[in-house]
Amino acid sequence: MSLLQVKNVSKHFGSLVAVNNISMTVEPGELRAIIGPNGAGKTTFFNLITGFFTPNTGRIIFDGRDVTDLLPARRVWCGIARTFQVTEVFPELTVRENLRISVEVASGMRLRAWLSQTDDDKIRARVRELIEMGGLAGKADRQVGELSHGDQRATEIMMALALKPRLLLLDEPTAGMGDQETYEITQLIRRLHRDGKLTIVLIEHDMRVVFHLADRIMVLDQGKFLAEGTPPEIAANKAVQTAYLGQAA
Amino acid sequence: MKQLLKLEPRRKVAALAAIWAALMAAPFWMPLLGGYTALGTRVLVLGLAAMSVNFLLGFTGVLSFGHAAWFGIGAYGCGMILKYIALSTPLGILAGTLAGGIAGAVLGALIVRRRGVYFAMVTIAFGQVFYYIAFQWSSVTGGDDGLRPFYRQPLHLGVATLDILNNAVAFYYFVLVCFALAVAAMAFILRSPFGRTMLAIRENERRARFLGIPVELHIWIAFTLSCFFMAYAGSLYALVNNFADPRGLHYSQSGDFVMMAVMGGMRSFWGPLLGAVVFVVFQDYVSSITINWQIFIGFLFVLVVLFFPRGILGAIRRTVVAS
Ligand SMILES: Nc1ncnc2c1ncn2[C@@H]1O[C@H](COP(=O)(O)OP(=O)(O)O)[C@@H](O)[C@H]1O
Ligand SMILES: [Mg+2]
Repeated sequence: MSLLQVKNVSKHFGSLVAVNNISMTVEPGELRAIIGPNGAGKTTFFNLITGFFTPNTGRIIFDGRDVTDLLPARRVWCGIARTFQVTEVFPELTVRENLRISVEVASGMRLRAWLSQTDDDKIRARVRELIEMGGLAGKADRQVGELSHGDQRATEIMMALALKPRLLLLDEPTAGMGDQETYEITQLIRRLHRDGKLTIVLIEHDMRVVFHLADRIMVLDQGKFLAEGTPPEIAANKAVQTAYLGQAA
Repeated sequence: MKQLLKLEPRRKVAALAAIWAALMAAPFWMPLLGGYTALGTRVLVLGLAAMSVNFLLGFTGVLSFGHAAWFGIGAYGCGMILKYIALSTPLGILAGTLAGGIAGAVLGALIVRRRGVYFAMVTIAFGQVFYYIAFQWSSVTGGDDGLRPFYRQPLHLGVATLDILNNAVAFYYFVLVCFALAVAAMAFILRSPFGRTMLAIRENERRARFLGIPVELHIWIAFTLSCFFMAYAGSLYALVNNFADPRGLHYSQSGDFVMMAVMGGMRSFWGPLLGAVVFVVFQDYVSSITINWQIFIGFLFVLVVLFFPRGILGAIRRTVVAS
């Protein structure tokens, strides 16, 4: 069964139709990329899947369950985690504290006023694991707000990962990064997908990243569906070339 | 304790020890500086109230401008027990704390969806409602004159009786114990997983929500806890004065608490206590020189906010860390 089925969703902002009747099906283990020019509606589409907005029309089915009317936090509990186009972290807390909060919430301990030594040890171990995995070992006790853009992004991705999601949505994970940082984030995503068997949907502008990572690509333009297919199919698609790739070249 | 010493940076433990030593020895060193014990008692109670406001403001990032309401309800609750129902200090404190805390919990449920200025406005509005009730309902509350007479009662401790009414030093230590219990509870909560979700909401509400924290529920719990602490401080304040004043519910009183918290340093746990020290000392000394003491404290407040945006304690801490 498909993990995520988005069925004919639309979102209006006044007279603007930011997302116009879009459908998308994501299979377990897939890495899907969404591309399209600025203002195409990609972020809004993510916002509909994660509950930031409710769609004007259409349904969202996650793992067989209709989540269209669920609040954001509940969708997280169902297993949908995300990062944002502009990095969202807890800037005055350290990397370790950022991850710790995430791990505690994921372990169902968010309302606890007290932790046993065993729980505490388990949480610390898991946080260390995430720090290692995100390549943040040397910076764990620094305030996230002081770190480089790339490290903040890595922290945000690891926070989402700490939730043990079944679907991870990444909104332009390499936006505004240099080549080295882009490479590192790309490698991280690749590991999560290949080794962690995680289902990922990512919005990305950097075509090298998209063609390197994606199993399938969906293209949006001005809120409308333009094309969908494997990377070679998209590269060969005439409509995509005129609307988007041609523009970039 | 051993573990605490190991985990905490030594400087922090030293600062903590210094604070408690100063508080415990206050009745001895205060007279040397021209103070008197009752002044110390007032600082503890107002400091606790400012710390309760800051529990919400500094650690959840939510500004309530009506917290004097819970403080006042605590004071009236405690006073009414002593005046009308039973001559028992602990019962008065318990009743005041519950009354203010529960009222806060109910109101909190109605307003947790508001944010920022809107939240502050709604809290002012509701706070004023309680102020007018206290002011108008003279037959029960004493109206403009306040609630009196009632007196804090001696404490029966099984073997001995502690006369907290006439012995100012005994009363100071009683309030210090009450203060310590509340402060320990606050510190405990702030170090728990729940406390960390408060920080998460303060730091970035959107991120918190999309980590799966139901933000409204957590703000409501933090608000309610803060109201209970506030009402507890209010109950103690009724005992300090043997009197409950309707002005204690007024929004200007809420403003004073916020001012203490901001002046002392709202990102630091102890900052609001320091703010209360400055406030009470100013009030006591400057008001004996001029009736316009509030202008001076207002001026001081502006200076602190301009030059030490993290408050007095924040500035001290920065200097210590830098050295
Ligand atoms: N909250 C909002 N209110 C009004 N308009 C919005 C809002 N969010 C996005 N839009 C508009 O919707 C369109 C799609 O935006 P977005 O989804 O951010 O595009 P993309 O991520 O593909 O660059 C844009 O024209 C944008 O201005
Ligand atoms: Mg976008």
